[in-house]
Amino acid sequence: MNNPRFRLGWLALSACAFLATAAEAQQGREITIATEGAFMPWNYTEPSGKLGGFDVELVNDLCRRMNAKCKVVGQDWAGIIPALQAGKHDAVMTGMNITDKRLAVIGFSRPYATSRHVFATMTDRETLNLPKSGQLIDITSLSDDGKNTIEQMKKLIKGKTIGVQTSTNALAFLETYFKGDIEIREYKTAEQHDLDLSAGRIDAVFVDYASAMSSREKKELNGMTIAGPSFRGGLLGRGVAIGLRKDDGELKQRFDQAIEQALADGTIKTLSMKWFKSDMSPPQ
Amino acid sequence: MGETFLKLLEGLPLTLKLTFSSVTLGLVVAMALATMRMSGMPALDWFARAYVFVFRGTPLLVQIFLIYYGLGQFRPALQALNLWGFFREPYWCALLALTLNTAAYVSEIIRGGLQSVPRGQIEAARACGMSPFLLYRRIIIPIAVRQALPGYGNEIILMVKATSLASIITMMEVTGIAHKLISQTFRAIEIFICAGAIYLILNFVVTRAIQALEHRLSPHLRDAPVPVQRLDPAISSGVDR
Repeated sequence: MNNPRFRLGWLALSACAFLATAAEAQQGREITIATEGAFMPWNYTEPSGKLGGFDVELVNDLCRRMNAKCKVVGQDWAGIIPALQAGKHDAVMTGMNITDKRLAVIGFSRPYATSRHVFATMTDRETLNLPKSGQLIDITSLSDDGKNTIEQMKKLIKGKTIGVQTSTNALAFLETYFKGDIEIREYKTAEQHDLDLSAGRIDAVFVDYASAMSSREKKELNGMTIAGPSFRGGLLGRGVAIGLRKDDGELKQRFDQAIEQALADGTIKTLSMKWFKSDMSPPQ
Repeated sequence: MGETFLKLLEGLPLTLKLTFSSVTLGLVVAMALATMRMSGMPALDWFARAYVFVFRGTPLLVQIFLIYYGLGQFRPALQALNLWGFFREPYWCALLALTLNTAAYVSEIIRGGLQSVPRGQIEAARACGMSPFLLYRRIIIPIAVRQALPGYGNEIILMVKATSLASIITMMEVTGIAHKLISQTFRAIEIFICAGAIYLILNFVVTRAIQALEHRLSPHLRDAPVPVQRLDPAISSGVDR
């Protein structure tokens, strides 16, 4: 063992092993993508622990286009951006909208979908009667009509308890437009506020439209119904995109390209029809 | 940093309220459980044993979820029993879970304290002709409290920290606000350090209070005070002049 030649051999061998792994890493950097896994139909966790949903299927498609090795991992919503910054994963794909606040800390790919938010309530109790059902209000630049509608809604919704997922644009929206009129209750996941809506602890939830539509298919939420208009734009975001670290320009470029291809050949539309029953593709 | 700290302090009243109420109510339930456990009646004894087994053997997080989301699914039944008003509010659910949980631990601490009283001392007191009430007041309780206090202090500290779990059922106490601030600012380290500091300060106060109480209750462990030598009044007055 003390033979110097023998030791030299070991050193050479371990150096080879080290170089080999380094080369491997450079060739195909594995991209880790985080998703919440509790936001049906955008993303959800199957009973087996496998992740699925629109985000997961689309990201697998994008990775094929990018020729990249991808790993999709589950990550708690509230910590998903700090963990991205800390380098725990390289991208966030979880139905997340582009907002100014998020743009201050992370970068985004181009939007791969659009979303809108609605109040959802249960029909089996004193219902929330809100005006302009089925209409879409863009809050980026509110028209007088839009302002009037919100004023009208304020009166009708006064004193109600509204559930919302914590640290979402939906919460920011409620705090901006309805603070003081309603009691806001914050939940860790959309599934939890759905449970409390069906239990009757809250009068309504303010939630992503697609998420509400998919909740409605659960037995407990059979009587769930949309109340009033839906909202988009402004602090509700400028489109759903992949969150990336700001300095990761190369990855942004690759994702942007892949998303554009997926938009052009209709993949996003197909997946959207499958998961949302409507076309959620963003304008090209 | 200072602003973060002030924001987090808004959650302090709720944290204190949850801690104080659950520790107080938990102590009452624990006393009942300890009495049952030591009653010598098999039915009561086994009830207390089963209670402690269940609440000490399952995570508090699971208990909170079960009481809040679990019972939430039985709304019609709870409404029929007129209990829905209680279980509707996250505060009462959190308080109930914390109380039931701490009661299990504290009942064992109390039992340990009571059983640590040496038999000989009890017999000696009886031999002196003490009535059962006097025996408890003068002998058993002082010794039992002294023995149980370190363990009980631990439990209070654990409860201060356990209130942070209430944030998962929408209670905005210190940890709940911390989570919210992080998702707004994405400054996880700074905010969690501030939140940690608040719990640290709270527990510092708790440990000091327990220590002071322990000190008061154990004069026999300290050296007898050395009497101060009295100066001869004549000499001292002479020096003065």
